[in-house]
Amino acid sequence: MSLILKISRAIDAVTALFGRYVSWFVLAAVLVSTANAISRKAFNVSSNAWLELQWYLFGAVFMLTAADALRRNAHVRIDIVTSMLSQKTRDVIDLICHITFLMPFCILMSWLSWTFFLRAALSGETSSNFGGLVIWPARFLILLGFVLLLFQAASEIIKRIAVLRGVPIHTPGDDGLDQL
Amino acid sequence: MIDLIAHNLAPIMFCSVMAMLLLGYPVAFTLAAGGLAFFVIGVELSPYSNEINLSWPLLQSHPSRVFGIMSNETLLAIPFFTFMGLVLERSGMAEDLLDTVGQLFGPVRGGLALAVVLVGSLLAATTGIVAASVMAMGLISLPIMLRYGYSPAIASGTVVASGTLAQIVPPSLVLIVMADQLGRPVDDMYVGAFVPAMITIGIYCAFVVWFSIFRPGVMPALPLEARKFKGGFGSLAGIIILSVGLALAAQRWGFTSFASETRLVASVSLAALFALCATLLNRKLSLGLMSYLAEEVVIVLIPPLALIFLVLGTIFLGIATPTEGGAMGATGALVLAFIRRRLSYGMLKSALDSTARLAAFVMFILIGARIFGLTFYGINGNLWVEELLLQLPGGQLGFLVFVTLIVFVLGCFLDFFEIAFIVVPLLVPVAAQLGIDLIWFGVILGINLQTSFLTPPFGFSLFYFRSVAPHEDWTDPVTKRRMKAVRTIEIYKGALPFIGLQALVLAIVISFPGLVTHYKDVAPPIPGGIQQNLPGLPGMSGGALPGLPGSPSGGLAPLQLAPLGTSQD
Repeated sequence: MSLILKISRAIDAVTALFGRYVSWFVLAAVLVSTANAISRKAFNVSSNAWLELQWYLFGAVFMLTAADALRRNAHVRIDIVTSMLSQKTRDVIDLICHITFLMPFCILMSWLSWTFFLRAALSGETSSNFGGLVIWPARFLILLGFVLLLFQAASEIIKRIAVLRGVPIHTPGDDGLDQL
Repeated sequence: MIDLIAHNLAPIMFCSVMAMLLLGYPVAFTLAAGGLAFFVIGVELSPYSNEINLSWPLLQSHPSRVFGIMSNETLLAIPFFTFMGLVLERSGMAEDLLDTVGQLFGPVRGGLALAVVLVGSLLAATTGIVAASVMAMGLISLPIMLRYGYSPAIASGTVVASGTLAQIVPPSLVLIVMADQLGRPVDDMYVGAFVPAMITIGIYCAFVVWFSIFRPGVMPALPLEARKFKGGFGSLAGIIILSVGLALAAQRWGFTSFASETRLVASVSLAALFALCATLLNRKLSLGLMSYLAEEVVIVLIPPLALIFLVLGTIFLGIATPTEGGAMGATGALVLAFIRRRLSYGMLKSALDSTARLAAFVMFILIGARIFGLTFYGINGNLWVEELLLQLPGGQLGFLVFVTLIVFVLGCFLDFFEIAFIVVPLLVPVAAQLGIDLIWFGVILGINLQTSFLTPPFGFSLFYFRSVAPHEDWTDPVTKRRMKAVRTIEIYKGALPFIGLQALVLAIVISFPGLVTHYKDVAPPIPGGIQQNLPGLPGMSGGALPGLPGSPSGGLAPLQLAPLGTSQD
């Protein structure tokens, strides 16, 4: 069990790393978009590459932090009914849903995104806009996002089982930023 | 038996996924899993019913649908506006505003409540996140109101209702998401929502004033010793008159080389800049031309107001797209925070972090809703809903009343984003078929949700407020008096009159569509018309699958959105 828990901890650490650094892309996107808007208005200079960079950055933000959001339990739930159940029952529900809901979704999406990414990477396809960016990095974000989510799902399953067996687990490493 | 299931797969799917959502598992993943499970069932059953158009290769469209969500320019505005609101709020704007406006109106009865309504609308406009505004104002102004003798019910009601204004006050991100799901331009949505938003704020203010006249005991004026400003309204009036005059003059004679819209924005900005500079000069050089009151009000109020004006103004006038407006607003908020020396690494990081987290959960609900949608539309679920809704008696009005009731009930346990991503796409084609203006429809939905969020016992603004209102008796740090806990029943009681006011606004907007549809005179008639001809394609242009439109149906619940912006550490 301890080896498996270590794996879970390692996954959590990687996910947290993404969560911590990728959020800076929000700032980057804000600045790129501002600069772009100003240059478009003031100097009438605009480029599709800069426009596309904005959503590449935003795409990176939500695809790559989704796993961290799962780790920190930040995905919205409808707990109107389940808040009346015991913690243990909720843990069991979570475990079952991780296995039957989340896992198949992540596996399927990772697999589909792989071919989706590979096609763009092999062809070196660029966006259809004039002067647009190469497309494969954006598709890679989708692939990476679902793969991270897949690993995080595995880690959550491990942790849920540990909790149900009464094995103590580390709580998510909160960096004091957990208030949304 | 199999035939029966195959022919009724749409209702079965809808109800099953709803039931799955009640398991309390994250909405995004539940929707996705429900969509995939019924995809498999649908493919297996497709030989039994010609209503099922599903086959395995369709699955391959999912990555490109995610890609479509990613490259959607409108949705890019979500992180920008969220970030702008969070930076403003965490740099202490909420406290400063509540403090100054409270002091300004404090000396009259009901003044604090008025301040809460006005600041609440400002906060709502910037953050657009109900949890954030309700909790921020609950933490900051509830204790003050209670300290100075407001009845807990009216104090709670005012805070909850004002915080919930986020649904319809532009440039709230709620309107961006709504516009996207309706398939209409965001700027039309802003222009359309503007008047109803002003009416709502006006009615709230009128109610507070009316109440303070007839029940003066429940909302007393600030006692003398708590007043920071001792008079000085003259110079405040003076600076306001000067600035307005300057704006008018600049509009008339200055900036003549600019296009007329740009000229308006430029003149107002110039006047705001003038007021601010004059005030700062007066303070630095101790000229004594303006009272302390006037100085404080100008310094605290002008920057955020000017920022919101610039963002909204440029979007309304078509100078900037909503996305650009959001980005510039966010940059502006950073600059303001920097000037006021409130820009710290910790604050910046926490705002970025919260923005990223909100983006992740919102966008994943959308991804989940799209996966659900592929299956649901593939088994003709949209047609099922359409037939159901078109059978309603009463045409347009019947439909609106029905939708109002449904959305009101759903709003008791679903959050805005779930309703927008799942329910709205199902309603849009029907509304369009009945000839209902979609912007008008969106505004009605917004007001409706606002009402729903306020309604006991499930309204989730009430939950957010409950979590910050004192649960136990507490000692006031200023007066050292023992204060009573705020009871839940008092919160409910306080919310009631505002629910009534909301219903009134709803009735007004339904009776006078012109309040919203005037956007057609303002906005350039470019992109809207095109989409209107394609009522079957709401939502975002994700995967290119004709006949499998936007992000459809399902349903969801009380946000576990942690307090956006509560901690003012």
